[in-house]
Amino acid sequence: MDNLYRDFILEHYREPHNKGVLDPHDLHFADSNPTCGDEMSMTLLLDEAKERVADVAFDGRGCAISQASASILTDELRGLSLDELRALDPKGVVENLGVPIGPARLKCALLSYKVLQGAVIGAEARWPDEAEVLAGGSAP
Amino acid sequence: MAIEQATPGVFDGVALRADFPVFDRPHRSGRPLSFLDSAASSPKPRVVIEALADAYGHHYANVHRGIYELSEDATARFEGARSTVARFIGAPSHREVVFVRNATEAINLVAYSWGRTNISAGDLILSTEMEHHANLVPWQQLAAETGATLEFVGITDDGRLDLDDLRAKLARGPKLVAISHVSNALGTINPVADVTRLAHDAGALVVLDAAQSVPHMPVSVAELGVDFLALSGHKMLGPSGIGALWARRELLEAMPPFMTGGSMISKVTLAETTWAEVPLKFEAGTPAIAEAVGLHAAIAYLEELDMANVRAHERFLFERAWSALGEIDGVRLLGPASPDEHAGVVSFVIDGIHPHDVATIFDHHGVAVRAGHHCAQPVMARYDLPATTRASFYVYNDVDDVERLVEAIHATQRLFKAH
Repeated sequence: MDNLYRDFILEHYREPHNKGVLDPHDLHFADSNPTCGDEMSMTLLLDEAKERVADVAFDGRGCAISQASASILTDELRGLSLDELRALDPKGVVENLGVPIGPARLKCALLSYKVLQGAVIGAEARWPDEAEVLAGGSAP
Repeated sequence: MAIEQATPGVFDGVALRADFPVFDRPHRSGRPLSFLDSAASSPKPRVVIEALADAYGHHYANVHRGIYELSEDATARFEGARSTVARFIGAPSHREVVFVRNATEAINLVAYSWGRTNISAGDLILSTEMEHHANLVPWQQLAAETGATLEFVGITDDGRLDLDDLRAKLARGPKLVAISHVSNALGTINPVADVTRLAHDAGALVVLDAAQSVPHMPVSVAELGVDFLALSGHKMLGPSGIGALWARRELLEAMPPFMTGGSMISKVTLAETTWAEVPLKFEAGTPAIAEAVGLHAAIAYLEELDMANVRAHERFLFERAWSALGEIDGVRLLGPASPDEHAGVVSFVIDGIHPHDVATIFDHHGVAVRAGHHCAQPVMARYDLPATTRASFYVYNDVDDVERLVEAIHATQRLFKAH
């Protein structure tokens, strides 16, 4: 019971990595989780060639799942190219949490991914297909 | 856990669970289900499920048209359900009850039909800061399309309607006041009879969103004096897909149809159409026939319990929950403290723990609550909260559910080591 709230998740929740706002930054996007209204923003600073992520930060308040997901995701972004950001697999974002995510909490786990896609490709970024992500084997 | 009789002389919520098959369903927590989300939608008693099956199995044909026994039978049951709804809400005539899908559709019907006929640029529409999106977004759309102004009566820090603000805004001559009877997000019971009197004195009509009151307390349109009332069947033990709009006869007579097509006509030529009489003028297409019969069964079940008893039962559970949760460090309660002004809904936040996490952990303990903005994002903004956790009571709840709720809060706080 409560294996969704392993210490790993709670540690990221209490002391999230990469929390805040980068100023200056090259890319910025903010969005909200439609089921609870939680807002998250992300700022990215690119390298001199404007090709790869030099630094990244996220901000906003939210549940343990959304905060841990953003903390873990942003840890992995430095050095990635814009193409690599666009190609990130949302299933991987969910799997990296290392805990079973059911349909009720999928948007919490994917909010950081959605905001990152918004920062890279703009407001036309869409939520990933939930059935497809759940079929990735991460569902309990 | 010792279970005491809840309210001596009223009824025993634990015993009523035997009427609801959902409580036989095993929960993944291994615990009996403590269902505290009836404000979202209620479980169905066996009598409603059987009424639906019987309506589809033995009494089903299209209504209002077949010249044969089965259609006459179906029509009589459908129209009987209309009369039941009318009686249940104290309406003077069944002809003032329009069947719709839910309260949302009822309010949209008023906004599209009455609103687009009677509201124009420069008019003022009043709503409140505590509305469900169902009683907010349709008016926002109406104002945007017509050029009318939409303003919101404020609410106090303890979640009551600000009556001084209401009087001030009524002095500016609004044409319509759209208000909820009971706030789904806070549990506040609004003084609707007083609001209506003030609104009528100011020349405004009143639309009442009664989705959270009709299931839980005696409601009479005659006593409240409102002009329109919207309700949903699925929140009052009935099927989903059936709800009702009640409106005064002369208003319905003067309103144009909302949707057009079959069933709602008197005569159609290729050039023009005349409308059926009310309420059929507003019921285009084949309605939710069996669902209306199911709603009739739900109302019969509630009437057997007696709505005054339902209210007394929930009031008792509210008082128990309010005082038990109020004693827990780090729990903040929303809405009015007085049980006279608070329905069987307890909306709360736990310091340092997001409501989504709260609801997930509660679920691991077999306690079903709602977490989120409750389709009332302006209410959350008013209290600078992203979301709350909401426990709502109904007839099958009892003091054991309050105990489960308290136990789940303690378990959540332990897990997060917040206290």
